[in-house]
Amino acid sequence: MRHIRTIIDKEWAEVFKNRMVIMTMALLPLLFTAIPLLMLAFTGNGSQSVDLPAQSSGLPAGFLAACEDMNANECMQVYLLNQSMLMFMMMPLMIPTTIAAYSIVGEKTTRSLEPLLATPITTLELLAGKSLAAFIPGVLITYGAYAVFLIGTHFLKISAAVRAYLLSPVWFLGILLLGPLLAVIGTMFAIFISSRVSDPRVAEQLSGLVILPLMLVLGIVLAGLLVINLWFMLISILVCALVAYALLHLGTIVFDRENILTKWK
Amino acid sequence: MIKTQKISKTFRIGKKGQTELQAVQNLTLEVDKGEVFGFLGPNGAGKTTTVRMLTALIRPSTGQAQIAGYELGKQDTEIRRNVGILTESPGMYERLSAEKNLTIFANLYDVPDVAQAVNKYLSMLGLWERRYDAVGSFSKGMRQKLAVARALIHEPQILFLDEPTTGLDPEAAKTVRNFIEELKTQGRTIFMTTHNLDEAERLCDRVGIFRQQLLTLDTPANLRKQLFGRKVVFHLREVNPIWVEEVSKLDGISHVEIVENKLVVSMQDPEQSNPIIIQYLVGVGAQILFVGELRHSLEQIYLEMVKTSQGGSL
Repeated sequence: MRHIRTIIDKEWAEVFKNRMVIMTMALLPLLFTAIPLLMLAFTGNGSQSVDLPAQSSGLPAGFLAACEDMNANECMQVYLLNQSMLMFMMMPLMIPTTIAAYSIVGEKTTRSLEPLLATPITTLELLAGKSLAAFIPGVLITYGAYAVFLIGTHFLKISAAVRAYLLSPVWFLGILLLGPLLAVIGTMFAIFISSRVSDPRVAEQLSGLVILPLMLVLGIVLAGLLVINLWFMLISILVCALVAYALLHLGTIVFDRENILTKWK
Repeated sequence: MIKTQKISKTFRIGKKGQTELQAVQNLTLEVDKGEVFGFLGPNGAGKTTTVRMLTALIRPSTGQAQIAGYELGKQDTEIRRNVGILTESPGMYERLSAEKNLTIFANLYDVPDVAQAVNKYLSMLGLWERRYDAVGSFSKGMRQKLAVARALIHEPQILFLDEPTTGLDPEAAKTVRNFIEELKTQGRTIFMTTHNLDEAERLCDRVGIFRQQLLTLDTPANLRKQLFGRKVVFHLREVNPIWVEEVSKLDGISHVEIVENKLVVSMQDPEQSNPIIIQYLVGVGAQILFVGELRHSLEQIYLEMVKTSQGGSL
């Protein structure tokens, strides 16, 4: 544990000395928290569509099933919340990826990887330290941003139906469980990329691709083809847990110290 | 302390790895406890690859080795725990302070009292005043000193120094060299690669000249003897060519030549032959101004060995 703690400490000491990284890490949660709050505020009960049925909201037909007993305004809010919740789930994936993408290739470019690998640290300890250093801030920031968002909704005029939707177990599972699992996947993917490339910019760009499947899900939700319900969430958690486990296992196998040290220019 | 038996390293290079590059071939050597061993060779000779193999950073393709009593390839973590390495490039965490850099490595090496070890080496290498400064603001020499401190922080049994003074200005190089001399007096086993032959001659008990394989291995003095024999120069007021023939006939003399007003005599044992030659020269009326041994530098030995390994051309 001492080696893992040391790597985490080292990564944080380096990352948090970089103002740009801190700005990036702060900006994303700020936007992802402010945007849904503003959307809820501007689509509040004062809207003209309060008395209209959900069917008249103009939302995709597939989504209307989620708007049982809601008026058009509430349905619109729920529709927007769906997207915002997906954004919250993306947050722990995006923040660690930035840190993890640099973690190995950064050590290569500063030539600090060789002395690091010359210590008695095992590959598992090194990867665990690097992953946790990226994972923990991402998840903590997401939890913090989500808490701020929930507190913020108390100051907004939203109906009981919308509030119930907001506080449903689906989203708690999504933010508290699925988000961190996605963060593990993103982190491991970024570390894998980071150990294979020789340029930090390439690492960052390639690691960003991990977000694509989630963007696809977002697109499907926007099109009204998918309503995120409890079953969907549980299945997603299961699948992501399996993928995360496989990536953690694969990470230690494909991290070849010798190749990393000798085959990069 | 270090014992290798025919270790070789072959890299697969090219896009599909179809080309083989033999970096190290059948290296067999032993370095004893407390010995300072110099590993000399031209660029690309395989010195760094050898150091990486011996510090369990990369695996040998064939052969066996024991480092600090541990089997290479089987007890790599133990080897890493017992050796210190100064890599060719210091590779420090530039944004972090000198103290933080050392603390990280002290923790990774499981040093029991981290603060004490860090303070000891910061003071010893003259970095105490700058301990809280970011390493990025350090001069090359200071970084190298910090890298030496990092290599020593866990008090390793064996220290590997890969080109310890390369790229340093003369003053910084001198500081590092003095520190290595100090380590030598502490009885540490040191394996150092270098281009600086004077440095090797001054610091090393034995040197190995290497170019993919070990070309020769001995003390600098013995290498001189092996390659060139011993030569004594007799500085005379005037030289008579007849003396060349007469001196050549004396016991233990292998070759005599005249260079300006000097008689250059190659011999096995100057302590035995010099009095006889002097007696002869005085007897024939030669005026001897000065007698001294002609010393071949390690550089000449090195160049000769490397030239031979390349088939006579440099």
